[in-house]
Amino acid sequence: MIEVDHLTKRYGSLRAIENVTFQVQKGEILGFLGPNGAGKTTTMRILTCFLPATEGTARVAGFDVFDSPMEVKRRIGYLPENPPLYTEMTVDSYLDFVAKIKGVDTGDRKKKIGEVKDRVSIKEYSNTLVKNLSKGYKQRLGLAQALIHDPQVLILDEPTVGLDPNQIIEVRQLIKSLAGNHTIILSTHILPEVSMTCQRVVIISKGKIAAVDTPENLTRQLQVKDRIYLEVKGPESVVKTKIKEIEGVLDVDSHRLDGDEAYSFSVETELKKDVRSKIARKIVENGYDLLELRTLTMSLEEVFLQLTTQEEEVRA
Amino acid sequence: MKNVLAVFHKELKYYFVSPIAYVVLTVFLVISGYFFYNILSIFLERSMFAAMQSQQFGGPPPSIDVPSLVSRNFFGVLSTVILFMLPMITMATFADEKRRGTMELLLTSPITNLQVILGKFLASLSFFAVMLLPTLLYVLFVVIYSSPKMTWGPILSGYLGLLLLGGSLISLGIFISTLTENQIVAATVTFGAFLILWVIDLSARSGGTTLQEVFSYLSILNHFEDFSKGVIDTSSLIIYASFIFLGLFLTFRSIESLRWRQ
Repeated sequence: MIEVDHLTKRYGSLRAIENVTFQVQKGEILGFLGPNGAGKTTTMRILTCFLPATEGTARVAGFDVFDSPMEVKRRIGYLPENPPLYTEMTVDSYLDFVAKIKGVDTGDRKKKIGEVKDRVSIKEYSNTLVKNLSKGYKQRLGLAQALIHDPQVLILDEPTVGLDPNQIIEVRQLIKSLAGNHTIILSTHILPEVSMTCQRVVIISKGKIAAVDTPENLTRQLQVKDRIYLEVKGPESVVKTKIKEIEGVLDVDSHRLDGDEAYSFSVETELKKDVRSKIARKIVENGYDLLELRTLTMSLEEVFLQLTTQEEEVRA
Repeated sequence: MKNVLAVFHKELKYYFVSPIAYVVLTVFLVISGYFFYNILSIFLERSMFAAMQSQQFGGPPPSIDVPSLVSRNFFGVLSTVILFMLPMITMATFADEKRRGTMELLLTSPITNLQVILGKFLASLSFFAVMLLPTLLYVLFVVIYSSPKMTWGPILSGYLGLLLLGGSLISLGIFISTLTENQIVAATVTFGAFLILWVIDLSARSGGTTLQEVFSYLSILNHFEDFSKGVIDTSSLIIYASFIFLGLFLTFRSIESLRWRQ
């Protein structure tokens, strides 16, 4: 449904995001996890055609965001970090205006507004001025605004920020209930939020993707294992068994790299047991070329650490 | 067209739920009413004085055309007063959308920038027209009570001129509103720009050098004078149309460039 391919955005010399690549399947909820300033909002703004990318492409429902923005905008519902509300309108007149500019048919408009109000349970505030709504209801109205034209894709930028714990639970349940019919990308800097709502997570840090996986896998890896990434030129199965012989190695996963006879291996090891030098020696001793070797989990852990500490701040 | 109407309705509603509209309407009414009364009494006095003189000295009857003098001067005053009023009408158009973050809604909705701009322009122009409506009443009195009856021609052309002049100023004001998030800044800069137009007009009137002649062709205030006399000149129409087009074009470019500057 959504394909993001080597997306890069620079502001002058500052790189907001670099080489961001990921896909989202139809009906999936993808979590976009990263500390503030990691490039989550930038990526989302590119997907919604609000910002042009410097390099790379992004396609939503098969339409390129740069070449056919109108088609993309028709299929996307977007909730920015601050809900875009006209405070001096009533809830109904606001939704009516949004329905009009999102191209909802005149005949359908009343029905759609009613449906969407039910969905975010804001019906009893139909005639309230938007400025008199509480923060939680403003967020719901923001969601209603994104849902009004029944878009295939929903992009939600930190939908639970600034809400009280009860409201956070409600909004999360609401988002979960939307999956299936809608493909959803939601950004957050709160780790538990991701494990509660999302099927897959993209971890982004300093503009680069650090990991893409299910929340369960990520959490498991984080708790018990370290990870090492290496590229080796040599026969796949032989190298794999050789690495497995090393003490402390738990599992080895390999992928063929493009081009020459090289393979990438991702090695899971016991926690805090640095086996990098052993692996390097083993490979060189066996006469294979070691092209690259680096630890993976350290950076991942750093990201997570930052995230979890922020969550504690929120809780406090 | 549907999208233009959607934005148009939203903007008009915005005017009438905000206090600014009522303040602008009231102040404009008070000022225009005061000037109308003043102009009317000055010319009545003058014509009475002239009539008395001709009676005393037995000269020819006075040839002072009070109704057309009144309407011409009244339109002249209105064209100056709107320089002060229009910045209040245009200041919020885009600055407020930017401040509230609703620009993000507009730019990510399936609606073109041109539709947004046209909707806003037409709404501001309509509000301006509503603002002018009560002044029709004053003019109506002049027409009803003048003898011989004054024709409607110069009055209609005067209002047409006001709308064209207003439209030109509004398009400039809307452009300036796209440059900032702050309404006060937008209003101040717009007012400054209007004053520069006014100064250009003044310097055009003061002499006959080539530069001043060029100015007088370009001055949108100068062209208004023809309309208030009942003359609709094609070149004036073209000047106003081009000015409005230029203002809206600049607005369009400015909105487009927002995406690249963010």
